[in-house]
Amino acid sequence: MSKLTDLTLSEARDALKAKKISSKELTQAYLGAIESLNPALNAYIKVTPERALAGADAADARIAKGQGGALEGIPFAIKDLFCTKDVQTTAGSHILEGFVPQYESSVTTRLWDAGAVMLGKTNLDEFAMGSSNTTSYFGNVISPWKAKGSDKDLVPGGSSGGSAAAVSARMCLAATGTDTGGSIRQPASFCGIVGIKPTYGRCSRYGIVAFASSLDQAGMFARNVRDAAIAQTVICGHDPKDSTSSPKAVPDFEKALTGNIKGMKIGIPREYRVEGIDPEIAALWDKGITWLKDAGAQIIDVSLPHTKYALPTYYIIAPAEASSNLARYDGVRYGLRVLPDGGGLTDMYRKTRAAGFGDEVKRRILIGTYVLSAGYYDAYYKKAQRVRYLLVQDFKKAFEQVDALLTPTAPSAAFAIGENSDDPVKMYLNDIFTIPTSMAGLPGLSLPAGLSSTGLPLGLQIIGKSFDEETVFRVAGVMEEAAQFKALPQKVAA
Amino acid sequence: MSTPYRVKGNTGEWEVILGLEVHAQVSSKSKLFSGAPNDFGSEPNENVSLVDAAMPGMLPVINEYCVEQAVRTGLGLKAQINRRSVFDRKNYFYPDLPQGYQISQFLDPIVGKGILIIDMPDGTAREIGITRLHLEQDAGKSLHEQSPKYSFIDLNRAGIALMEIVSEPDMRSPEEAALYLKKLRSIVRYLGTCDGDMEKGSMRCDVNVSVRKPGAELGTRCEIKNMNSTRFMVKAIEFEAQRQVEILESGGKIDQETRLFDASTGETRTMRSKEDAHDYRYFPDPDLLPLEFSQEFIDKIKATLPELPDDKKQRYISDMGLSAYDASVLVADQATTQYFETVAAKHNPKLASNWITAELFGRLNKAGLEIEASPITTDKLSGLLTLIENNTVSGKIAKVVFDKMFETGKDAAVIVQEEGLTQVSDTGAIEKVIDEVMAANPDKVAEYRSGKDKLFAFFIGQVMKASGGKANPGMVNELLKKKLADECTK
Repeated sequence: MSKLTDLTLSEARDALKAKKISSKELTQAYLGAIESLNPALNAYIKVTPERALAGADAADARIAKGQGGALEGIPFAIKDLFCTKDVQTTAGSHILEGFVPQYESSVTTRLWDAGAVMLGKTNLDEFAMGSSNTTSYFGNVISPWKAKGSDKDLVPGGSSGGSAAAVSARMCLAATGTDTGGSIRQPASFCGIVGIKPTYGRCSRYGIVAFASSLDQAGMFARNVRDAAIAQTVICGHDPKDSTSSPKAVPDFEKALTGNIKGMKIGIPREYRVEGIDPEIAALWDKGITWLKDAGAQIIDVSLPHTKYALPTYYIIAPAEASSNLARYDGVRYGLRVLPDGGGLTDMYRKTRAAGFGDEVKRRILIGTYVLSAGYYDAYYKKAQRVRYLLVQDFKKAFEQVDALLTPTAPSAAFAIGENSDDPVKMYLNDIFTIPTSMAGLPGLSLPAGLSSTGLPLGLQIIGKSFDEETVFRVAGVMEEAAQFKALPQKVAA
Repeated sequence: MSTPYRVKGNTGEWEVILGLEVHAQVSSKSKLFSGAPNDFGSEPNENVSLVDAAMPGMLPVINEYCVEQAVRTGLGLKAQINRRSVFDRKNYFYPDLPQGYQISQFLDPIVGKGILIIDMPDGTAREIGITRLHLEQDAGKSLHEQSPKYSFIDLNRAGIALMEIVSEPDMRSPEEAALYLKKLRSIVRYLGTCDGDMEKGSMRCDVNVSVRKPGAELGTRCEIKNMNSTRFMVKAIEFEAQRQVEILESGGKIDQETRLFDASTGETRTMRSKEDAHDYRYFPDPDLLPLEFSQEFIDKIKATLPELPDDKKQRYISDMGLSAYDASVLVADQATTQYFETVAAKHNPKLASNWITAELFGRLNKAGLEIEASPITTDKLSGLLTLIENNTVSGKIAKVVFDKMFETGKDAAVIVQEEGLTQVSDTGAIEKVIDEVMAANPDKVAEYRSGKDKLFAFFIGQVMKASGGKANPGMVNELLKKKLADECTK
């Protein structure tokens, strides 16, 4: 028999239901994998073994009684941006070190209600700001992958790098992530796994530490499309505690995996074929197009004319919202407080925030404060909102012709730690293919489609219409079948 | 029209221009964006939800009742109701502002332009423009007395719904500002949208003050913040206008700034200069969708509006024949109108109005009582008015009875009975008294008969006095005239 950690989520679910395995042994297997791999990968900020085992026992008891939810007994990792009751929640920041929420996020509540077991909280870029998971106060996450012929540590992508690395190295069966400009899809691409960011409004943001409220959306990492569909179905749904969450009914995404996309129209946005695109990425994209054609889909060339403005616009809107969202970390009520002897209020604000936030967070707070300032608001924030509207229109028009879009997920494979770190703009370019989708609030999924010449995973992205995750999953299922991506990282549960 | 209010300076007279920003706390069970209760007088930080404390990941959810209350208030101010409005974040750091921003409405308020009519004491009315009304959150409170070293924070107020009601700079005297505040208070109390209690802080106001030579361009204004009593507001305006006149007359110029009124010195002082003014970095709150509602939503609220002071006043004047002044005095407070209307339903409204405004108010005031606590209930006043209307007591005696009623709470009829105060309307009895008075004053009778008509009042007085005030004045008048004339023709 193969190892327990080799089972996919759907296989584990079925085996648990059939009582072939117990949640306890499954959970123990993952705790073992975490114990051996986490010191090297630093994917988890906090592991919660006691809670995991207690959860597994409870799940086993429910399964024994013939009860249990859709994820009964399945071990999950949770991005440390989701508030978890009685478990430290840091957002990867010193300013929240030691913060223990007395409440549970709506997304994790849905997971626990469905019977999922929590293994721990995963590392991330500080306040989800980053594309390499190198801005966390709790250290870099190291990708479980290595490039051929090199021992250099690679980045797992970001900001949900810990979750992506944990799923990839089989330190959990699935993990939650959040995506503001690509924070699920880009690390999924770097780590050779599936990552789904649903439509804005599908998942409640209640209890997720806010980065950019109009963009933040919770999603899932899993080893394959089916697993992602199963887990994503559970965390979607209306929440009266989040005014921006949608009351639309949530379909069972697993049922969307029919394997049939015959006659479906897939758009290829020409603006994504940017000048200087990595030839490997371009070739992979073409391969993806061939797979879709072979499956009977019709390929249509479409235009998203404002694409080039998406990235600069994002770097106005996201920091603007962040500068305001992060104002609450002031040392008054919770988290870090640095109060110099004899210091007053202003000293406390200054010292607390200077010590509590890292450079990237400070950079974005400064940008955000600047673009909202009197005299600059119209030139930056207001104009950015107008461009955002145009981006939405671009997609609307394209979706009049097609059912989904196919693009690369990221402009490159994973890079080495330290690369790009001297140039923030170069780092920001990592999200060039994922940001437009976020700006338009559309669902996007990255799936592993092949390996680079250096043996690193590369992802393709499927973008769907608003609230049409079903089509996204269906197309992804067909592509996954064609891609036959079986590669495993060098560091993986033994 | 009364003479306009002017500040006298060395270079002539100055006109004062005033605009008010009133913060009225919405009467509601819970806060604007959280389910925490609004109770006044709770222990510090007792009414604080996770949202109010701005814990990480917490999100605001609009309280629909507060929206209804704002719309209701807008309708009461005859204002434009905006079916789409937007909540913005007003960003600034302060320890009693947990989010680091206040959720308010900046560019697109829920209520637009409206009108408020103030009733001047001379019976005239003045229209004051309402610029807008918007919804926003209140902040918490910093407490400085608990420790010599630290300040404490009480977040009970944090997140409570406020309506900020902004007027046009249409007021020209402290009196008008006071009347505006009084009228606004009266309207929100009628509507039930704010209890108007300034002592509890349910209503606070900021006043914008500037001065100019009559007819000149508007001057630079200063804003006096956070006034919680009408009396202080009047004093603050008087001081501030004088201060500005003195600066301008000595060749200085007014700095646009925010000032505070110090009640102990009666002076205003700088709180924040223009240079220190915050850049609030307003932007639409991405946690909240634009606030949108249908015309039906507005119409439904409109259908439940009570008759408001201005309409009531008009009805009292045209249907009941009250004077404009009496009508405006009665309608100022809803409890008074209920009292009045109950009594007026059974009696001559003018008689009822006179007894309430002239007699009852004076005594209530002296006793420090609200009309709801009046020892003379509507039934009791009605009893007294019945005795007046059926001539059982004269107006003069009625006042005596009224005083006794106020002291003892007894029915008028009982007092009249006990004290033997029934009016004498028996012709024979009155004639007897007249005869006695005439007999005792033969010289006055002669003078009257020789043409000194004015002495008639003397005879009336003497007869009333001799009857112990109980004689029916109408009959005295009639019989006396007849008797004096009778003798004349003899």
